[in-house]
Amino acid sequence: MEIPAIVGAGLVVIGAGIGIGRIGGSAMDAIARQPEATGKIQTAMLIAAALIEGIGFAALFAV
Amino acid sequence: MSFVHPRSVEHVYKIIDILETKVSKTEIKEYINHHLLDSHDFGLFSYTTDEGEHKYIGAPLPVILWDNGLQVFYSSKLHHGEHVAEHNGNYYMLHHSKIYKTDAEGTINYDAEHHPTNVKPLDFSITKNVVFILLVAILMFFLFTRMAKSYKGNLMPKGMGRLLEPIVLYVRDEIAVPNIGEKHYKRYMSYLLTVFFFVWIVNLFGLTPIGMNLTNNIAVTFCLAIITYLITTFSGNKNYWKHIFWMPGVPVPMKIILAPIELLGTFIKPFALMIRLYANITAGHIVLMSIIGMMFVFNNWLGSSLSFLLAFVLGILELLVAALQAYIFTVLSALYFGMAVEEHHHDEAH
Repeated sequence: MEIPAIVGAGLVVIGAGIGIGRIGGSAMDAIARQPEATGKIQTAMLIAAALIEGIGFAALFAV
Repeated sequence: MSFVHPRSVEHVYKIIDILETKVSKTEIKEYINHHLLDSHDFGLFSYTTDEGEHKYIGAPLPVILWDNGLQVFYSSKLHHGEHVAEHNGNYYMLHHSKIYKTDAEGTINYDAEHHPTNVKPLDFSITKNVVFILLVAILMFFLFTRMAKSYKGNLMPKGMGRLLEPIVLYVRDEIAVPNIGEKHYKRYMSYLLTVFFFVWIVNLFGLTPIGMNLTNNIAVTFCLAIITYLITTFSGNKNYWKHIFWMPGVPVPMKIILAPIELLGTFIKPFALMIRLYANITAGHIVLMSIIGMMFVFNNWLGSSLSFLLAFVLGILELLVAALQAYIFTVLSALYFGMAVEEHHHDEAH
C-alpha cells in the first residue's frame, strides 16, 4: 500500500509543532526565572522558532 | 411599511438572490487563487452584471514580450483572457495570468496533465507587482531622504524622524551589532535597513484592500534571498571558507564528510529565507481570505458575524506577522553576514 505524501507532510508539521511548542514553553520558564532577560530570550526564541518553521513549510511545499 | 417603495424591496431581494446563487465555494477558491497571482493589469475590483458580463475596474499596464523582436502593447488588448489579442500579426492569449502564443482563434492546447503546450514568449511586462515595487521604492526614497535632511543642523529628530529613528536604532543596536560585531556592522547597515523596511512596508500594504501582494510572490522573496546570499558569499573571509571546506578540530574523515554538507548549507540558508517569507505571507493571505469567504458561504447572521470576528482577530495577528517576518529576515541575514566576517579569536579545538 502506498502512503500518500500528504501524510509525511502531516508528520513533519506535527514534529515542527512540538518543536516550536517546546521552544515557547522553555522561553516562558526562562522568562519566569529571569524576567530581566525577557528581551534576549524572546529574540533567541523567535529565531529558533523561525528556523523550525522553515522545515515545516519546506515539507508543505514538497507535497 | 409605507415609506419603502415596493420596487426597492424587490431590488434588495434581488441582491440577496445574487449573493446566494453566485458566491459558491469554487468561486471563492478561484478568487483567492487569483488574488495570489501577479496580473498584467492594475485591477482594483471586478463584478458581474445581470447579463453575465464581467466588468473590471482598473487601469491597463504595458505588456512587453520578446517574440521574434520586442512586442509592446497595452494589457487592455488581452481583455483579461476573454478574447485573443492581436499585435503585429501575432496572436496572444492570457491564461491563468500567463501569456501564450496562439492562433487567430486563441485555442490553447493541453497535454495529459492539463498543462498548456502553447509557446510562452519571454515576458518582461510591467505587471502589477513591478508597479508596486517601484511605488514602494519611490515611497521609501522620499521617506528616508526627508528624514536624513531633517538632521541637518540639529540632532533632534523631526517629523518622520520621530517615528523612524527608534526603528533604525533598533535595527542597528539589536540586530546588526550583536550578530555582526562592532567592527564590521557598518558595511551591512544599508542593506539590513533597506530589507527590513522594504519587507515591512510591503507586508503592511499587503493587508490593505488595494490588492498589493509582493511578498507572497516567490520571485520577489527569491531576489531578496539571492542578495543576502551574494553579500554573504562575497564578504566571506578565510576563516569562513575554512569552516566550510576544512572544518577545524574534527578528524580528517569527518572533514571530508562535512565539506559537502557545509557547502550545501550555504545554499539552504538563503533558500529557507525565501521559503519562510513567501510561505508565511501566502498562508496568512489564504487563511484570511478563506475566512472572509466563509461569511458568504454561511450566509446567515450567526455564522457570518462569527467569521467576521475571526477575520478581524486574524487581521490583527497578520499585522504582527508582517513586522515579525521583516524582523526575522533581517536578523537571519545579519546572522549569516556575521558568520562570514567572524574573526578567528578562539583556539582551534571547538
